[in-house]
Amino acid sequence: MTYIAKPKLRHPGIAVNRLGFTHRDYEGSVSTLCAGCGHDSISFAIIQACFELNIEPHRVAKLSGIGCSSKTPDYLLGQSHGFNSVHGRMPSVLTGANLANRDLLYMGVSGDGDSASIGLGQFVHCVRRGVNMVYITENNGVYGLTKGQFSATADKGSKSKAGGSNLDSPLDLVSMALMVGATFVGRSFSGDKAQMVPLIMAAMSHPGPAFIDIVSPCVAFNNHAGSTKAYDFVREHNEAVNRLDLMEPREAITVEYAPGTSEEVALHDGSTLRLSKLAADYDPHDRIGAMAYLQSRAAAGELVTGLIYMDATATDMHANLNTVDQPLNLMSEKQLCPGSNGLDAFNAAHR
Amino acid sequence: MSPLKPVNDFVVKFANINGSGSASANEMFARSILRMGVPVASRNIFPSNIQGLPTWYEVRVSGKGWLGRRGGVDLMAAMNPQTWDKDIAGIDPGGYLFYDSSKPIPMSRLRDDISIIRMPLTEISNAAYSDPRQRQLFKNIIYVGALAQLLGIDHAILEQMIGEQYKGKDKLIAPNQQALRMGRDYARDNLGDACGLKIEKADAVGDRIFVNGNDAAGLGCVYGGATVAAWYPITPSTSVAEAFAQHCKTYRVDAETGKHKFAIVQSEDEISAIGTVIGAGWNGARAFTATSGPGISLMQEFLGLAYFAEIPAVIIDVQRGGPSTGMPTRTQQADLLISAYASHGDTKHVLLLPEDPKELFEFSALSFDLAERLQTPVFVLEDLDIGMNDWLCEPFTWDDSKVYDRGKVMTAQELESGKIFGRYLDVDGDAIAWRTLPGTHPTKGAYFTRGTSRDRFAKYSEEGAVYQDNMQRLLRKFETAKTLVPAPIVRRAREKAKTGVIYFGSTSAAMNEALAALENDGVHMDTLRLRAFPFSDAVVDFINAHDQIFLVEQNRDAQMRVLLVNECGIDPARFISILHYDGTPITARFIISAIAERIALKSKEAAE
Ligand SMILES: Cc1ncc(C[n+]2csc(CCOP(=O)(O)OP(=O)(O)O)c2C)c(N)n1
Ligand code: SF4
Ligand SMILES: [Mg+2]
Repeated sequence: MTYIAKPKLRHPGIAVNRLGFTHRDYEGSVSTLCAGCGHDSISFAIIQACFELNIEPHRVAKLSGIGCSSKTPDYLLGQSHGFNSVHGRMPSVLTGANLANRDLLYMGVSGDGDSASIGLGQFVHCVRRGVNMVYITENNGVYGLTKGQFSATADKGSKSKAGGSNLDSPLDLVSMALMVGATFVGRSFSGDKAQMVPLIMAAMSHPGPAFIDIVSPCVAFNNHAGSTKAYDFVREHNEAVNRLDLMEPREAITVEYAPGTSEEVALHDGSTLRLSKLAADYDPHDRIGAMAYLQSRAAAGELVTGLIYMDATATDMHANLNTVDQPLNLMSEKQLCPGSNGLDAFNAAHR
Repeated sequence: MSPLKPVNDFVVKFANINGSGSASANEMFARSILRMGVPVASRNIFPSNIQGLPTWYEVRVSGKGWLGRRGGVDLMAAMNPQTWDKDIAGIDPGGYLFYDSSKPIPMSRLRDDISIIRMPLTEISNAAYSDPRQRQLFKNIIYVGALAQLLGIDHAILEQMIGEQYKGKDKLIAPNQQALRMGRDYARDNLGDACGLKIEKADAVGDRIFVNGNDAAGLGCVYGGATVAAWYPITPSTSVAEAFAQHCKTYRVDAETGKHKFAIVQSEDEISAIGTVIGAGWNGARAFTATSGPGISLMQEFLGLAYFAEIPAVIIDVQRGGPSTGMPTRTQQADLLISAYASHGDTKHVLLLPEDPKELFEFSALSFDLAERLQTPVFVLEDLDIGMNDWLCEPFTWDDSKVYDRGKVMTAQELESGKIFGRYLDVDGDAIAWRTLPGTHPTKGAYFTRGTSRDRFAKYSEEGAVYQDNMQRLLRKFETAKTLVPAPIVRRAREKAKTGVIYFGSTSAAMNEALAALENDGVHMDTLRLRAFPFSDAVVDFINAHDQIFLVEQNRDAQMRVLLVNECGIDPARFISILHYDGTPITARFIISAIAERIALKSKEAAE
């Protein structure tokens, strides 16, 4: 069913996208997070990405677990259905939702506690299963909502606000996602909108499990000197391996790029992103190479960001399960129930 | 003690070793009696093990059609040395022991009040076959041939069954038939009329089918329109998911494209399984999981979410012996409380209590209508006895005019026409609010689903009055549920009775036999069979109309009594609990003696 969006009264200077929506149409309720929280910047980037991608807001389903990060789906895409589920278990709920209707765009928003601590199992299994989704973790190294305890992504030796030091080894969700078969993997920083927006757009256009880990400082509990998830620390150690830019329609013919330094990434709405290399030897189509690169840069204390890995030929769980094209939630008893005829055979076989 | 000589009314029990291939031979024995037109009830008693531990198969032969366990054994086919003494001790006086006499057994380990039938099975089999696996498998067929001869089962029926069983694997037909004949011939030539138990051809089976409950549940889910199943393997529920998969292959593959009108996920655990069911239910697909007690324990947090956020979900719980890993291959009705009140906070859930595979088929299909109508989890509480044993039941039927009740889902047209949408707003007075599915309309009907408190329009709120308003509506919704779930079945005694009996689920079969026997002895009792929770008013009326109520359950703590006392405000002293919880299915003899004993006590007290 398609609906033509009704023209609305608006300020003549306000930008509209191809569907006639303004930025406003992609916003949600007013955020109740702390002023300066990285999560709000990510919400804003998601809103911007959906606007630029000309997505119909109601064709997105946004799901989350529990945490400050998991509250954010309420603060974006007010015309989308949202589901704030239970702590660490959003992946299974998203899996079921996706099975019920393969035609919507599924966005999972989670935190590092939600996905790397309590929900690590669900996270990896959901990715393993190839669920077609965009899965974003808003990674601050702590449990914000329960007041700042270390999460499983906190770096060893990172300092807590009270001065304690994290003793456990960190869990890197990006490496994890690569290992269990994500076909789109990115990492970004909530302080870098220019990097986040096209990365989210590319992820939303990807036909398989897409994961983006976004380091998102918690200003209340983890933004001090000695924390490896603080704004200043991340700015200093951020190493982008490539950059994505939205191409103007005619750019492809007019601009020349040195061979091997850039490629195009097709988007959902028919437009294109240009992916250009920053690290000369980094190949985002080499899963094993990406894993090795991440490990060696992490050992050097640097944080690799950008489009880490992409397999443009990816398929998804529905392809694996060979499900019908029509969404399962639209099927009626005529399509689903074998009726009394079906029982005749069953009964006969059991006599 | 003179030997028992009943016709079409006795119990045969096979004692075997798990993994020895006896299961299919024993089942063939039971089915051959059905083909003689005589009803049987069969029960597998098996260990949580793949190979080597003791296993039993009990065949209740009942020309009168009693399908529960009777209790006791008239003929023991003792094939397992490990359990020999216990097996011999279990035979009723006047009964029969059939055993493999290839190795001598001292008289001291036998009994003199039973008849002994000896057959050198291993010798016969070893002489005919050289391959060790064949020796074992055909030994089973040989004893079936011999027992059939002893009991008077038509040999031609067995030969025909072999032909049907190995259709397509024709090479196996001749050797199996040969083994069968070896058994028959030996018994005919050497055992004569050693066994007084007899099967006579009858016409008491009719068009009934012989089917296990988990198969019926899987089929019921297909008929009920389930498109999403998520599950994690656990005995005794695994075969529900397997049956669903198998029936989907038959009925749900699109003929043109070969694509599937179903999706089955083997989840990483039960938490994930129920999460997937809830996600699918939220998004408008009919979804279920199948599990057993430990899985229900893991699902608790999610079940509270589904209750509070009002999301349809179907949980098929095949109950086994708890607590903890308990007795994983034994039966119980011990998940009543954890299901009825699953999760933290004030919660209540709908339970359906089928009595046999036929009702399980119907309730499984019905559960999806109820879950969508009531927007809440619905538990189908079956048990290992129903799920993993073959039961003789009426053929399954389906009304082709039936349309699924998809509940209150507001469409884009309705939203467009200006209908008020409040996700938790009771507009119809039945406490069920309207929901919308994701993706319905560009500007109307979107809402945020959450496990936190919210107002009638789904806006987050921690205001006490708003919270209570919602909690009260959920209670009223449970009142609506009472009018929708299957009603209890009341049966009046031949004479006016002051005593009532309440029972439910798999107890039914043994109860029917016990009641008939008690009534014959002049004990008149009205009965009520519970078929669902919440309890309808008819249940309360029944209890109030009787001086005392026997409440029969298969658990230690009288969980159904707790539910009845709690939900209906009934004086606990009104109930006399009869509890059977050793892990084997309850028997008619157990019920008869428990009730008779208490009635005798009562009359003695009255006389004193
Ligand atoms: C089963 C369960 N245990 C504990 C909690 C308490 N809890 C709520 S949010 C949270 C941690 C959230 O951390 P994260 O996902 O990193 O989100 P952030 O607040 O940092 O964005 C915890 C432990 C809960 N809601 N449920
Ligand atoms: S506590 Fe931290 S994570 Fe939560 S809103 Fe505040 S800054 Fe953000
Ligand atoms: Mg966090």
